[in-house]
Amino acid sequence: MLEVKDLNVFYGVIHAVKGINFNVPDGKIVTLIGANGAGKSSTLKAIIGLVRPKGEILFKGKEISKMPAHLIARSGIALVPEGRRVFVNLTILENLRMGGFNKELHELEPLYEKMFELFPILKERAYQKAGTLSGGEQQMLAIARALMSEPELLMLDEPSLGLAPLIVAEVFDILKELNKQGRTILLVEQNAAQALKLADYGYVLENGTIALEGEASGLLENDEVRKRYLGED
Amino acid sequence: MNLTIVLQQLVNGISLGSLYGLVAIGYTMVYGVIRLINFAHGDIMMVGMYFAFTGIAMLFLPWWAAFLLSMLASALVGVIIDRVAYKPLRNASRISALITAIGVSFFLENSFLVIYGGVPKAFPVPSVFGGAINIHGVIFPNIAIITPIVAMIFLMILLFILHKTKYGMAMRALSFDFETVRIMGVNVDLVISMVFAIGSFLAALSGIFWAMRYPAINPLIGIMPGLKAFAAAVLGGIGSVTGAAIGGFIIGISEILVVALFPSLAGYKDAFAFLFLIFVLLFKPTGIMGEDLERGRF
Repeated sequence: MLEVKDLNVFYGVIHAVKGINFNVPDGKIVTLIGANGAGKSSTLKAIIGLVRPKGEILFKGKEISKMPAHLIARSGIALVPEGRRVFVNLTILENLRMGGFNKELHELEPLYEKMFELFPILKERAYQKAGTLSGGEQQMLAIARALMSEPELLMLDEPSLGLAPLIVAEVFDILKELNKQGRTILLVEQNAAQALKLADYGYVLENGTIALEGEASGLLENDEVRKRYLGED
Repeated sequence: MNLTIVLQQLVNGISLGSLYGLVAIGYTMVYGVIRLINFAHGDIMMVGMYFAFTGIAMLFLPWWAAFLLSMLASALVGVIIDRVAYKPLRNASRISALITAIGVSFFLENSFLVIYGGVPKAFPVPSVFGGAINIHGVIFPNIAIITPIVAMIFLMILLFILHKTKYGMAMRALSFDFETVRIMGVNVDLVISMVFAIGSFLAALSGIFWAMRYPAINPLIGIMPGLKAFAAAVLGGIGSVTGAAIGGFIIGISEILVVALFPSLAGYKDAFAFLFLIFVLLFKPTGIMGEDLERGRF
């Protein structure tokens, strides 16, 4: 579904992502793990078009790396941004409406129902401002908002950040469920253990390059990964 | 001074205030989405006046057609200004855009000076807006009654757009978070153009009513009302549309009342708007409706 070839991201003189290659196959969960500043978020931003990268990004075989962000989003990619970034001044329902911005009016109602089924808490609070939600609830809203566009590829940037372990488990269960329903997912995480348990395939990013890659279950067993990312001796 | 005069002055103040409010909305909306104080906004009032003047006095259109065309053309001017002057600076420092706005202001003033000359033109006031009505011995000029009604109608339409349409929703979301709106598949440039179009449309509307109130127009006429409308926007809490309308009313009413109550201070009437602004900001630095400067609110 997504092929990234020799991707480079520069911020001025800083070379944040240095020629990485990876694939996200149809129907799979792929995770990019790594420390803070390894280039994970920059990679996602490059894919969605928020930063202009060098290299090739093929989505369903089509080169998208030079398209503007809103057209990339319309072509079927959604990003749940780091820090959730829900629109705190809009209601929950309005946030969902923003997510389904390019949907026809008659398509919206069934989509709302679907989201409320997936995240019952959002239904109870549909008319509240998103700013009144807790961190975990905002994360669910951010995911629901991204799903409103019915993306073929769902990308998440650090969805576990700042959430209590119980809530993280809940969020990851939902991701697993979404994947079972056929959604392709690209997950960026610092929480390597959780991410590798969930994913089919993993890439370890270090200083903007891919240090390791492999089946997620294999990476979980890998000594190097265990030592550096799972905090084991 | 008796009640009749107070009432007359109050209506007068509300009418003037709604003109400031209409312009203040443009300041506040543009600031809300791109964090720019568009100093050329007052000049759009002037552009609207001259377009309407041209429509009526030179092209002999019926007044309503001239007014409508003027507002639409001014909206287009606003959009073009953004595309040509501000859009290339979207990622530049804010001060660059601010200075550009001042440059655009000079450009508009001087272009119209070249085209129409510096001699004030008599704005042709349609008869519907002339005259006055007498209610129980209190005389109200028609224009003073019609102005706030028209302003209210357009304010309602605007609030409807902001809260009930998806593009209005995008405008409100944009005032909070640019990047995230883009990844929702929203063409942000289009939304910003709409904001400029709405703001300029309302400024032209205000300009036309201003011209019917004070029917001698010149190319620099937009400066002072523009500045006061800016004061109104800050007073109301910049970023808030309702705040802008309220700020406009406060500035308009206080200006008229100061002159009515203290005729000897009439020469200082322009200063009072700003004095009032300073006073309010001392106690509420974010303005009346402003709560959190980091968050969009309209």
